[in-house]
Amino acid sequence: MNSNSLTNGDELSLSKALSVVESDRISARRLISSLPEKHSLVVGVTGSPGAGKSTLVDHLSLRFSESAKTAIIAIDPSSPFRGGSLLGDRIRMSRASRSGKVFIRSMASRGLVGGLSPGIYDAVDLLGRCGYGFVIVETVGVGQAETDIVNLSDLVVLVLAPGIGDDIQIMKAGIMEIGDIYVVNKMDMPGAEQLARRVKSILEFAGIEREIVMTGAVEGKNIDKLSDLITGKLNKLKKNGEIENSRKKRTEHAELNAALFAVREAATEGVKLEELIECLQKLREGE
Amino acid sequence: MKRIRILVAKPGLDGHDRGAKVVSMALRDAGMEVIYTGLRQSPSDIVNAALQEDADVIGLSILSGAHMRICERILELMKEKGIAEKPVVVGGIIPHGDAEKLKKKGIAEVFGPGTSLNHLEKRIREVAGDK
Amino acid sequence: MFDQKKLKQIREELDQWQEKEVDRALGKHPERSERFETSFGESLERLYSPHSVENADYLEDLGFPGSFPFTRGVQPTMYRGKLWTMRQYAGFGTAQESNKRYKYLLSQGQTGLSVAFDLPTQIGFDSDHEMSDGEVGRVGVAISSLGDMETLFDGIPLAKVSTSMTINSTAAILLAMYVAVAEKQGVKPEQLKGTIQNDILKEYIARGTYIFPPEPSMRIITDIFEYCSENLPLFNTISVSGYHIREAGADAVQEVAFTLADGIEYVKAAIDANLDPDVFGKRISFFFGAHNNFFEEIAKFRAARRLWARIMKERFGAADKRALMMRFHTQTAGSTLTAQQPQNNIVRVAYQALAAVLGGTQSLHTNSFDEAIGLPTEESVRVALRTQQLIAHETGVTDSVDPLGGSYLVEYLTNRIEEQASSYIEKIDELGGMIRAIEEGYVQREILDTAYRTQKEIEGSDRVVIGMNKFTSEHAEVPEDILELDGLVEKKQHQRLAELRETRNADSVRKSISRLQKAAENGENIMPSIIEAVSNYATLGEITSALKDIFGEYTESVII
Repeated sequence: MNSNSLTNGDELSLSKALSVVESDRISARRLISSLPEKHSLVVGVTGSPGAGKSTLVDHLSLRFSESAKTAIIAIDPSSPFRGGSLLGDRIRMSRASRSGKVFIRSMASRGLVGGLSPGIYDAVDLLGRCGYGFVIVETVGVGQAETDIVNLSDLVVLVLAPGIGDDIQIMKAGIMEIGDIYVVNKMDMPGAEQLARRVKSILEFAGIEREIVMTGAVEGKNIDKLSDLITGKLNKLKKNGEIENSRKKRTEHAELNAALFAVREAATEGVKLEELIECLQKLREGE
Repeated sequence: MKRIRILVAKPGLDGHDRGAKVVSMALRDAGMEVIYTGLRQSPSDIVNAALQEDADVIGLSILSGAHMRICERILELMKEKGIAEKPVVVGGIIPHGDAEKLKKKGIAEVFGPGTSLNHLEKRIREVAGDK
Repeated sequence: MFDQKKLKQIREELDQWQEKEVDRALGKHPERSERFETSFGESLERLYSPHSVENADYLEDLGFPGSFPFTRGVQPTMYRGKLWTMRQYAGFGTAQESNKRYKYLLSQGQTGLSVAFDLPTQIGFDSDHEMSDGEVGRVGVAISSLGDMETLFDGIPLAKVSTSMTINSTAAILLAMYVAVAEKQGVKPEQLKGTIQNDILKEYIARGTYIFPPEPSMRIITDIFEYCSENLPLFNTISVSGYHIREAGADAVQEVAFTLADGIEYVKAAIDANLDPDVFGKRISFFFGAHNNFFEEIAKFRAARRLWARIMKERFGAADKRALMMRFHTQTAGSTLTAQQPQNNIVRVAYQALAAVLGGTQSLHTNSFDEAIGLPTEESVRVALRTQQLIAHETGVTDSVDPLGGSYLVEYLTNRIEEQASSYIEKIDELGGMIRAIEEGYVQREILDTAYRTQKEIEGSDRVVIGMNKFTSEHAEVPEDILELDGLVEKKQHQRLAELRETRNADSVRKSISRLQKAAENGENIMPSIIEAVSNYATLGEITSALKDIFGEYTESVII
């Protein structure tokens, strides 16, 4: 892998590098650290299945691509059974993929109890160094992934839609608190207004002040409003320096996540603790 | 065993996606990562997705009889984009003579009606290892 | 249906038979399987007897042919009066080639036409659009303009034949062309007989030739209903299709349930458009598949008929007999055909066709044995048609009405299918109706689960497919005789279109298109302006893309 072709924007090289990121962490770290440090603005989009996340991401990525190179990482869960997965988010991202302006990569979570694999942190890091100004990470808001998405992103958009019973689950599970922006999608459907009011009162009750945006992703309604709100907030984070904290948090969690992952893998393979510590040291030196 | 990534697509206008979906489910259950791109994909949509996803294998499902034209175009575009080495497999109603022609043009395998899922999985593992 | 005392006696003797005869027989020879089951996963008993249908009420549940609830058939005399319409679905290549095939079929004794269109025509692309590349004339005939339609029906008297058109999201345009061609032949719209499929909901569920989102699609459909009720009173304006739902993997219960749930949605839409269910109900027809499981299939047709009659009466308050009766077309199941040992398919098709006839179908398409390999040849199409003629004239099954009525097994299965389909429909009602259920992916997921399970059963040889997982041949047979399409179809179509665009009056095309867009926007009925546009030789692609500007486009839900 040639680091020049990566920074020159060659999609094929990037695509291959992402495969390295997913399969071999040591080589991946070596490759990534050979590139000059650069950061993307990372927007996490999460919410229940069927809420319309992919269609929203499809629109948002095109808006973002007007001001900087934009990539999407679309994450679907790995099946616990033999670890396979069905990655179907591209179906809903035809605008972005046909535009030729957005790089889309589907990834399986492959993580611990539904969480994100360390490869995803590395993928975000790699995309930043390859000159992508925006990375949108889409995950399904179930299991461990929703706390991971907070650690990974500079800003989290939580997408809800009326008529999907899971919303109640989401609220109960306390996932409600993870959003920086709340979207009630399918705004023209019955129950949308009601859902927005419910979200508002829950947030008020919890003493959290957040914006709620109503969108119609399929019809492209209020996309500009949401897009402006996201970029506005990101700019503010940049200006007040908070983005640095967010990046630091991301790096720390990448480390932690990788360590946990390594421990878990080693444990299942019956590796002794001493060997494991040695391994972790090597991993560090690999950087 | 390496985790295989396969892109499954329905090129052209054919809407019969039972086969593509059942195969996708079976390959997932066999431990593969299946990127399913859905209906009405143009050859350039498919090649672009295969490139970005770095798929190990590209699987096409075509029942409309448009297989010759579509496969030729996809192989052509793959060459242009520098991913000609990725194996392409095709499933659907493909007359025997056409299947032979497709293989000569560079399609790695053709699966006709009645192909068993076990055979399919095995052949996909084989062609993925071939590259 | 039976005397209580007699029933008790039968039950006692049945128990005795179980204990003595059956147990002894089982002691000697165990049965071939521990469990025998229906396609929808219910266990089948060894023997059905009066107690299996003890709650049935003859007059309420069966009645008489031609009377509510039509379980035994829609006509009092059924095939003793008139045989079903033998209607082979055909169409390929250019309009000229298809026209020749239709004339051949009519000369062979076929009694109605059934037009297959190619995918670009079905999805609203002209033959020269880039998305049409490689698809022109493949799965049906390519029709891009009124000119093509004129050629397609050249020399075929539209006042006499009934024409069924498998067309959905572009049905309004093709129907408009049909009306315009008829007018040129001097045939008035009110004389026209036939059916347009016009069933968009199953396209989202199973067949994939959608264009617009559900809401405007439903509006186009009700525009067609309305227009036809005034101008084409003899035309069936919708053929609610379970065939494709079944082919996508559904079982018999799902086929009935989802088809009738679609039907309910169309009736609701028609009522919302101020159409009278008693009038409109007469113009709905249905379309089912005929699969391998013989008695279950016969029961399916009978259950569907009874359930629909009850829905029309109880849910929609229809009273006219003809609005309550379900008339349907049947096609033998393409998905059961094997590429291995293709001649076996002739036998499969014959059994399936027989089930359709015993189930009381109004028209029938029998598949050609070579369809799992490629396009059917003239010879294979003839064998398929002869299969129907054989059933009609040699087997004698047409000589009495509903010959299997009263079979304990068939009546039991009829009851079970109706009950199970009803509970699916209840569930769909709870989800807010069929459109919502489709948008949420509920229906698609149910079907896909069944499809996956079926495939696994075939793999595990729990489900036998002769020639494929049992009694296989060592040598792959390669059929020699396959219809090769003229490679020039696409070129010819491009040429025709180029000429058309040169010679027509561009100004009147433009004007009629903009009138159409206005009608679409203002909520006026779009049929008159579509007829005007096609008469001015605006193409199918031009009309579709004008409507896309107004209505938007649909993307599939992610369902796996």
